[in-house]
Amino acid sequence: MGRFDYVARRLLKSVAILLAIVVMNFLLIRMAPGDPASVIAGEAGAADAKYIAQLREQFGLDQPLTTQLALYVGGVVQFDLGFSYRNQRTVASMVGERLPATLLLTVTAFVLAIGIGVGLGVLAATRVGTWADSLVTVAALGFYATPLFWVGLMAILLFSVNLGWLPAFGMQTLGSQMTAGERAVDVARHLVLPATTLAVFFVAIYARLTRASMLEVQDMDFVRTARAKGLAPARILRAHTLRNAILPVITFAGIQAGQLVGGSIVVETVFAWPGIGRLAFEALLQRDYNLLLGVFFLTSVMVIAFNLITDLVYSMVDPRIEVGA
Amino acid sequence: MRDFWQRYRRNKGAVVGLGLLIFVVLVAIAAPIIFPASPWEMAGAPFQRPFGEYPLGTDMLGRNVLSGIVHGARVSLMVGIISTIVAVALGLTFGALAGYFGGIVDDALMRFTEFFQTIPSFVFAIVLVAIFRPTIYSIVAAIAVVSWPPVARLVRGEFLSLRRREFVQAAVVIGESHLKIILTQILPNALSPVIVMASLMIASAILLESALSFLGLGDPNMMSWGYMIGASRSVIRNAWWMSTFPGIAILVTVLALNLVGEGLSDAMNPRLARKGRA
Repeated sequence: MGRFDYVARRLLKSVAILLAIVVMNFLLIRMAPGDPASVIAGEAGAADAKYIAQLREQFGLDQPLTTQLALYVGGVVQFDLGFSYRNQRTVASMVGERLPATLLLTVTAFVLAIGIGVGLGVLAATRVGTWADSLVTVAALGFYATPLFWVGLMAILLFSVNLGWLPAFGMQTLGSQMTAGERAVDVARHLVLPATTLAVFFVAIYARLTRASMLEVQDMDFVRTARAKGLAPARILRAHTLRNAILPVITFAGIQAGQLVGGSIVVETVFAWPGIGRLAFEALLQRDYNLLLGVFFLTSVMVIAFNLITDLVYSMVDPRIEVGA
Repeated sequence: MRDFWQRYRRNKGAVVGLGLLIFVVLVAIAAPIIFPASPWEMAGAPFQRPFGEYPLGTDMLGRNVLSGIVHGARVSLMVGIISTIVAVALGLTFGALAGYFGGIVDDALMRFTEFFQTIPSFVFAIVLVAIFRPTIYSIVAAIAVVSWPPVARLVRGEFLSLRRREFVQAAVVIGESHLKIILTQILPNALSPVIVMASLMIASAILLESALSFLGLGDPNMMSWGYMIGASRSVIRNAWWMSTFPGIAILVTVLALNLVGEGLSDAMNPRLARKGRA
């Protein structure tokens, strides 16, 4: 089976999972407290039975459940995620305008986590038993056990409150005239703490994983062969050990995508970062279930897309991968 | 058993972890004796700094921070342990059925597992708790629902390989029922990796619970570490201690559980212990 079939099958699977999520979303909205019709009626200040019945008809709530599901799925396909009655706006427009901030945060954190994590893992694996190895191992253990929101708060305490180096809230300084360049620097300064906070937990995971994987690969025959034929250690590390040791890290990065997105909710809440995570928190405070489920749907899409990308990257990095499986 | 302890003891981190864990468990058990008053009650003046009259200070309502932490240990451990038990039960059931029967059953159950593994677990947990209202039951259920898939995959793998072994085939030949074979022949041999995984799952369940209650999705009647940190977030500039100490409590507990999990893993798979351990 060729690469094209593999990609097609993966895409098909993603679509199937996405559909299942849409159906589950629909059921969860039905289970959420408060019938949308009575909510609107209540907000319009006219909660009499006739008006509610009228609204139910208008929104198709009097139709059988299967018809409602079909309508809902049809809507989602056109990216209609429902209406936020609290905010009097469509959910799609609300999550849409918050998406760029979240992507900036999560992608930066991901790049940081992979870069620093793999770097530290290699450092520890090439110096097994030294103080550097112990330091990396202990730090990884510690950060792996620390809640992200607490790391964020401690970072604010240290770097913002005490040292005053970096801004602690928001994505940019409000109400100031800035050139494009200054604005970019301003956003970058706001990005440092949240992105590092979000990355810390994953740095710990990737460092541990890379170290373990490197140690395993280092003992393999092909590495010994490379050494025996006199290759430079740096080249062995790069072309032989790391190339193979990185594979489980890539797999794991794909599995962890959901955690990264989940972590962004907490981190955005701590740093008032204006992304969809912060939006989820606002939806929680307002008990705005349509909005909350819209965020859930969008984060699911992000995770599925990310999984798809890592699978494709994996199949490119590892030529042995059985594309038919 | 003595062998087991011998092997466990070789991992120094695991011994430290066990010590810390025993300490946290004792504190949780003794909480009503150490601080008989409710942790929600006002103990003194608000915003008292730590290391004075109150070892860890008081919060904005004059509640004793140390008392909150001690009582919070009960909630954290309870939620962690119960949700892990539920998740392991779910994972064992699905994994055992998939691995034992194979074929269509395996296919269907694994697609189901994959689905739950793909959806972002923390966001899903938030949605579940928010929709079913934050109570201790909805929190435990939500954590269990997002945590079982790895157990199912692990158990399925074990069952797939054990299913073909002679002693299982022998049980099939003498006509034992499926249920009996699963429970008495295969399950006992598949348990040790599950136990290791369970100890690590308690740790992540505690982290998950703390994040939920940090976001205001804790049980409103239970003092928990995440709630304490969430509630003190707005006053962090003036009262660092209110958010710092509960975080240390989470860190210590989760770290202890992770260390114990690694120790168990080493002790149960002595051959794998030294090689390639992260």
